[in-house]
Amino acid sequence: MMLDDFLVRAFLGGMLLAVAAGPLGCFVVWRRMAYFGDATAHAAIFGVTLSLAFSISIFAGVLFAALGVAILLALFSGRLYTADTMLGVAAHGALALGLVSVSFLTDVRVDLSSYLFGDILAVGQKDLLVIASGATFILLILGWRWRRLLLATLNEDLAVSEGLNARTEALLLVLLIATLVAVAIKIVGALLITAMLIIPAAAARPLARTPEGMAAMAIVMGMISVSAGLAASFDWDSPAGPTIIVIATVLFVATGTLSRFKKT
Amino acid sequence: MTLIATQGVSVQIGAKQILTNVDLSIGRGEIVTLVGPNGSGKTTLLKVLIGAQTPTRGAVMREAGLRIGYVPQRLAIERAMPMTVSRWLALSGFASTAERKRIAERVGIFPLLDQQMANLSGGEFQRALLAHALLIQPDLLVLDEPTQGLDQPAVAAFYRLIDEVRREQRCAVLMVSHDLHVVMRSSDHVICLNGHVCCQGTPTLVSAAPEYQALFGFGTEGALALYRHEHDHRHDHLESQHDA
Repeated sequence: MMLDDFLVRAFLGGMLLAVAAGPLGCFVVWRRMAYFGDATAHAAIFGVTLSLAFSISIFAGVLFAALGVAILLALFSGRLYTADTMLGVAAHGALALGLVSVSFLTDVRVDLSSYLFGDILAVGQKDLLVIASGATFILLILGWRWRRLLLATLNEDLAVSEGLNARTEALLLVLLIATLVAVAIKIVGALLITAMLIIPAAAARPLARTPEGMAAMAIVMGMISVSAGLAASFDWDSPAGPTIIVIATVLFVATGTLSRFKKT
Repeated sequence: MTLIATQGVSVQIGAKQILTNVDLSIGRGEIVTLVGPNGSGKTTLLKVLIGAQTPTRGAVMREAGLRIGYVPQRLAIERAMPMTVSRWLALSGFASTAERKRIAERVGIFPLLDQQMANLSGGEFQRALLAHALLIQPDLLVLDEPTQGLDQPAVAAFYRLIDEVRREQRCAVLMVSHDLHVVMRSSDHVICLNGHVCCQGTPTLVSAAPEYQALFGFGTEGALALYRHEHDHRHDHLESQHDA
């Protein structure tokens, strides 16, 4: 079967991630949630420890840890610290906690770098199924709530005046980001998940005239990054996850530069 | 007929008492204007009415199925989110393309439909916000300082437009405004707010009220000062020249 080929599985997994990360990443960019994405993504390493310690699936452990950090952030965002500081504490604290906790796992051999930087070439059929379900879930929810999410992003009061609950929409995005983290850790690794959210969306911005256009272009940018990144990493014998992000960054610089020449 | 009313609404945020015991009611087709100094709780009161702020005490009564068209003070359309005027209008929900075109024509932004929201001038942007609110087919139009940052002719034109569309759409209007002269000319009912309702009534009545004059000075409509206003409550927080 074609799915037996590890390159094909890597390609499919990357494509699925790009499709989900594109539109979701647009919201991360619009709502300035980049640092929030980092905090949840870094918690993923701790999630990996949980998974291995309690022998549950990596997906479940990571989802649990990412959601946990998101909820803690919501609870502790008081008046003493700015959101920026809180997120900084959470992002780095979670990462450090994850790295320390992994070292306690003496009876399991953990290849830490595969969780930090991803291991897309090791995506198995089961992983592919998880990624496909996660991506489908994210896309369905985004599609279902699209107008509400946009309104709540533009102005919370406006959303409320039209009978929507802005907090529900914000919570929903948190849930989707946590899901994406759990799906993406295998592909780009905990350290670069936020990159997969932000960079394709940012690269799409100069090419779009509407929110929907930007989401669609972000998917295209993500797909180009994944396919070109995989090919390049094969050629250069470089790690696949980081190579994908390098390509995305090159695209970002390219579309940004082009739009400068066009007109401002 | 009352569209929306508050009864004894108080709002406390943290240790700060923003609103105390506010009663008001807005009837169908009425233009009600909220005036008051900065920090007097105008925006908070609007938020209570549109449901974005839960009162600490008191109640808000809405007519069943009340539709509110809200024009916020600011909209976070940053450069990060591309948004054409026409997409912005479509975001209002379910109005048909023809209806969107008609409203765009009506508020004078039809030629701008393909423009990016971020590239509009202040006046055009306000019209685009108004158009979105109108497409909801509101019973009540709520505007938070809609003419902020507009020059005089634009302000006058904007208020004329609001007056016209509310007649056409038969909706009530509630707005916060600093343009006292315009307010006094075009409102049915004025509420003077300073943490609580200082005074309210027809423009003539309010502009003559000592509470209003203590807040805004006597200059606004001198001729109306003949009216004697009876107090039903004290104003200890005002350096009142008149409280008995």
